[in-house]
Formats: sequence, C-alpha cells, structure tokens
Amino acid sequence: MTAIDPTAHLTAEQIEELGRELDAIRDEVIADRGEQDAAYIRKVISAQRKLELASRGVLLFSLFPPAWLIGTAGLSVAKIMDNMEIGHNVLHGQWDWMRDPKIHSTTWEWDHVSPSDQWKHSHNELHHTYTNVIGKDNDLGYGIMRVDEDQKWQPFHLGQPLWNLVNACFFEYGIAAYDLELGKNLGKRRRKDPEFRARARAVGRKIRKQVLKDYVIHPLLSGPSFLPTLAATFTANLVRNVWSHSVIMCGHFPEGVQVFERRSIDGETRGQWYLRQMMGSANISGSRAMHFMTGNLSHQIEHHLFPDLPSNRYAEVAVKVRALFEKYELEYVTGPLPKQVFSAWRKVVRLSLPNRKPKVRASKRGQEVLAA
Amino acid sequence: MTSATLRGRAWKLLEMVTTPLLPSDYLDLVSPLRAGADLRGRIEAVHPETGDASTVVIRPGRGWRGHTAGQYLRIGVDVDGRRLWRAYSITSPTDRRDGRLTITVKAVPDGKVSNHLVRRAAPGTLVQLEQATGDFVLPQAKPAKVLYLTAGSGITPVMGMLRDTDFADVVLVHCAPRPRDVIFRDELHGLAANGRLRLTEVHTGTDGRLDVARLDELVPDWAERETWACGPAGLLDAAEEHWAAHGVRELLHTERFRPATVVTGEGGEVTFSATGRTVDADGATPLLDVGEEAGVLMPSGCRMGICFGCVTPLKAGAVRDLRTGEITEAEPGVLIQTCVSAAAGPCDIER
Repeated sequence: MTAIDPTAHLTAEQIEELGRELDAIRDEVIADRGEQDAAYIRKVISAQRKLELASRGVLLFSLFPPAWLIGTAGLSVAKIMDNMEIGHNVLHGQWDWMRDPKIHSTTWEWDHVSPSDQWKHSHNELHHTYTNVIGKDNDLGYGIMRVDEDQKWQPFHLGQPLWNLVNACFFEYGIAAYDLELGKNLGKRRRKDPEFRARARAVGRKIRKQVLKDYVIHPLLSGPSFLPTLAATFTANLVRNVWSHSVIMCGHFPEGVQVFERRSIDGETRGQWYLRQMMGSANISGSRAMHFMTGNLSHQIEHHLFPDLPSNRYAEVAVKVRALFEKYELEYVTGPLPKQVFSAWRKVVRLSLPNRKPKVRASKRGQEVLAA
Repeated sequence: MTSATLRGRAWKLLEMVTTPLLPSDYLDLVSPLRAGADLRGRIEAVHPETGDASTVVIRPGRGWRGHTAGQYLRIGVDVDGRRLWRAYSITSPTDRRDGRLTITVKAVPDGKVSNHLVRRAAPGTLVQLEQATGDFVLPQAKPAKVLYLTAGSGITPVMGMLRDTDFADVVLVHCAPRPRDVIFRDELHGLAANGRLRLTEVHTGTDGRLDVARLDELVPDWAERETWACGPAGLLDAAEEHWAAHGVRELLHTERFRPATVVTGEGGEVTFSATGRTVDADGATPLLDVGEEAGVLMPSGCRMGICFGCVTPLKAGAVRDLRTGEITEAEPGVLIQTCVSAAAGPCDIER
C-alpha cells in the first residue's frame, strides 16, 4: 500500500460522476453488441479447435524433431487460446447474450484442471467483487504470498519467490487447489465436509480426464512417438501455465497498483467500486497479437470495470477509460509485458522480507477530509 | 459384443481424446448437418413472394425426420448475433425430391426474426431446427369435400397441404388486404385454372373484414366440408362460434399463430414455477431478493451483476435489466441474471 492515497483529491461527487461516465461507456457497448462480435468469438473458437487438432495431428509424428517443435508450439498456442481469450471470457458470461447454449457460461468447460463452476465461484464472484481487498480477495498472493506492505510478514514468506516460481509452472493445479481453498479446507473438520468432498471429487475427476488425455491417450495414439508426444504435451502445458501466470500476475501485482483494507468497502457506492477496480488493476501494452494471446487481460483495468463486456471490445473501451483516468488525474498503470512481469516479480521478492508500516491508509480514499 | 456396444466404447474413447470438449464439437466444424449432430439446417435460397413475405429454402440436417402437411417447425436464427426462436409453418410438400423444406415468412412490423428472414438472411447461413410438430394436419381418410379458410400468412400451412395432397373437391377462401398481398397468388391461380381448386379471394382492404356469415353466399355447402382454418384470432374465434352454432364444430380444424407479444410493465406477479410459489414484485426489486424473501432457494453470487452466478431460466413473461433498462422476454433457453433483473410484468422464473 502506498503511503499516499492516490485518489484523495477526488470528492464524493466526483467519484459518483466518474461512475456514471463509466456506466455510459458500458451501455454504449451493450447497445452496439451484435453480429460482428458473435462472428468474432465463433471464429476464434473455430480457429482454436483447428489449431489444436492440427497440432495433435503433427505430434503423432513427434519422433521427428521438426514435427515435435511445430506440434508443441501449436499446442501451446491452442491451449493458451482455450484458457485465455475463450475460456476465461466465456466463463465470465461475456458471450451469454448470444443465447447460444454451446458458447455459454453455464455450459462451457475448459482445458484446465479446475472445473469451470468452481473457478467461476472463486474468480468471478470472490475476486471480481472484492478486487484487491486484503483478506477478501484471495487472488492477492493466492494465499501463499505477501503482496503488500500492510500484510503481516511471517518467516514463511521468505520462500515466496520460490513458491511463485513453482506456482507458475504448475499454475492450473495451483488454481484448482486455490478454487478448492485447499489450505483452509485441509483442517481435520473441514476435510470431512460433504460439500468440500464433492468439490474435491469433481476436481479429481477433471484432473484424471485431463491427465489421461494429455499424458496417456495422445502419447499412446502416437505409437513409436509415445515419449516425444508426452514431452510435447508436458511442454505445452508448462508454456501455457507460465504464460497465464505471467499475464495474470501483471493484472494486480505491478508497482503502482493499490490494495484496500477490509473496512474500506463497507457501504461502497457504485462509483467507489469502479474506482477500486481502476486503482487495483494494471494493464499490459503491446500489439494486437499480444492482446489476443493474453485473452485481452492486457486490458485488465477495462476487464475489471466491465467483466461481462465481450473481450474484443476492451481495446476500444480502453481509449475512453484512459481519458477518464486523465480527466480525474489518476494513474493508469500500464507497460510492456517484460516491464510489468519484472515489476511484479520484484515486488514478490521485496515483500518476502519484512518492512516498516506505512503512514497513511488508502482506506480513506475518496473522502473530502483528504482533498487538499 | 454387438456393434452398438462397440460403437459406444469407441465413442467413449473418442471422448477421452477430445475432453473437455466432445467429439461433436470438432465434427461440427466440418459437418454440421451430419447424422447425430444437433438438428440444424442450411439456408440455400430466399425467394420473395410479396413485398413483405419470402420463402426460405432450407436443407435440413440428416436428423430431420420429415413432416406431415400442415405442420410447423421451430427455427433458431441468429439475429444481430443473438439466437432467437420462432415457429413457422412448412410450405413444402412432404415428398419434395431434393429433401429440402421451405418455410414462408411474412415480415411483421418490428418482428426481429421475420424481418431478418425476409430481408437479410443469406444463403449459406446455418440455422437451428426442431423437428416438425403440430396437429393441424389432414386426416388419413380423405374427406370428400374440403374447405380451407385462411387470412394473411394463415395461407402458409394450407399451402403445405395443397402442395402435398390432392382432393376431388377443394375450396379455398383466402383473405388479404390487396391482391398483391396474396402470398403464392400465381400458384393459387394456377391451381384454380387447372381445376384443382376453387379459389375465392377476399380483399379486406377494399371489402372489409370477412364476415363468416358470408360463407353461405361464398361457399353454400360449407357446413358439409371438412374445414381447415388459419389466420388472425378474430377470424378463428368467429369461425369456431359459427361452426358451433350450426352444430358442425367437429368439422373445423384451426391453427392459431400464438402472438409473441408479452405484457410488459413495472413489476408484476412473479411465479417461481419449480417451487410453486407466486408473489407480487415491484419494478425495482431484483428477482433474487424477491425469491429469497419468498423462501425460494435462489443461486446467488456477487449480487451486482458481474459474476453470472445467479443466472436462472426465464420461462414466461418479461424482466427489466435494472442497470440498462433493457427488457428481456421469455424464450426457450433464455437465462437471466436475477440479481440485476426486476419483473417487467408477470413472469415465471424456473426456481
């Protein structure tokens, strides 16, 4: 948490006005949503399926190094597309308005070991409602890391650069454990809770299917290319995991992003909620290809303001949102991927060590008392 | 092992290969009309019939089980990216050589699907289909004398019958505002010229609405004829009354195009049909709160419209999005976010 509240100069009226302006941006996109957007997501889904199919096909011959290389690269990209631009966004309900039961948040299942419904609960509901509120938003450090000066330091945190690296490599398993709230639920009494057991079984089933597909069936289908195919799918999963982890870390961890105290969201207005999303998220700048491969989570700020707007609209929304940041003199945290990843990692390392308490609490944001 | 169990196992294996998707998700990419796929059709042509009506030629998927003359089908069309379902009578004969089917659609004012199909639908477009249904059909045993009484697009199921089955003695009384509004006019006149049909056109634009009592004059032996009537509710109500009054109600078959209009307002009576509870709601209270207060077990999440954890089928009526004011009307498969939707008139929530 920064020592000085970066929103202190805004009056309560200004914050509500900001909320209305953001609502207007949202309404504009919703009124304009249509055929082209639907065509976009259908095209992406179809391209992902074709790419995955072709890559798996090439990997049948992965005994030959060029085939291994091409197949692994293709499969990595296909898996990233499935999780990022398609899965994450469909599961947000971004495409529910199309009323196509096959591209719908209630029916979609992704290439990931965490079952969609569990992820939707921990991500859509907990993370997006309580963005960056310490103690409520477990995405802040996923419960295994300290990501803010205000969080209590414990000797355990010394190892967090290592936890973070391990988490990056096995990110989908980390997410599944996180969605299960595994740490909290492994206590003796909670472990027996039938609801937890049912969810754990669902994760077990999903893991079994995913592992069977990637590490048994497809290698077996490859015959003499069994081992290279196994290595290829492992690599593709690793690439996808490290990539998603990096992108997602850039969303809320880089320097300049604010976190909030539990008390600060009591009686939060619409405008204050918007402001918290603005100050609690960070973007990644880059080319169109970059935005696509991040599932448009490079527009994390816009995504947090409007989690249910179709992802292909974030780029145009970003221009208007950024203008509002300027108008209200707020810092729009953004930067190229390497810079943001480095910034996030530096924070992880820095906060693995204890620090002195800051002076001013950001929970006073938006109060006129502080308007100087 | 039978071939069916063998196929079953092969399919299971294939599912393991494609998980978390299904084999059909991949097959749909190359062959959306194959046997075993969800029933779909491909629009092959759209022929204008009148200024505001067109015939849509559809190649149905392999799963199409055919139809009986007079039946309708429900079709799911993507209009502005949003899938909407409507029912249209099938106008093609049951034995069409090329296996295609046709529906004939009249554009109704503000009708999203009808205007789209009449004016914008392009050949090559995939549409969703359901199997043909409806009991407005001809009997197995041929009646000696037949009367068709139709108005406007009410001609469509009857055209399907006329093209499908010949009768010795057929009279058609058809109402339309003006001659040029008569759908299939050339074909009907052709049938009449060939002696296969006695045709009476009533032009309501100049003659006024058809008074069913005039049938005595137009078709003196109407009470001896097995009759199929299709058109606006007013005409059908009058016909049912008239036939009943003459003691021949059992000779009359009617088909009503149920209007898609839903009563919308501020608030209304909310039915939670799975629980069997009905309560009054105002136009500002989210249906999630309404349900919870009524003791209905409602799924919930963020309670501010962002997490989609509360989506629930809207079975009937209409709701208003409290953020945008947008009205959503019930259609099969429509889910609403109960935390940001309020009753816009009477509605039925499947909880």
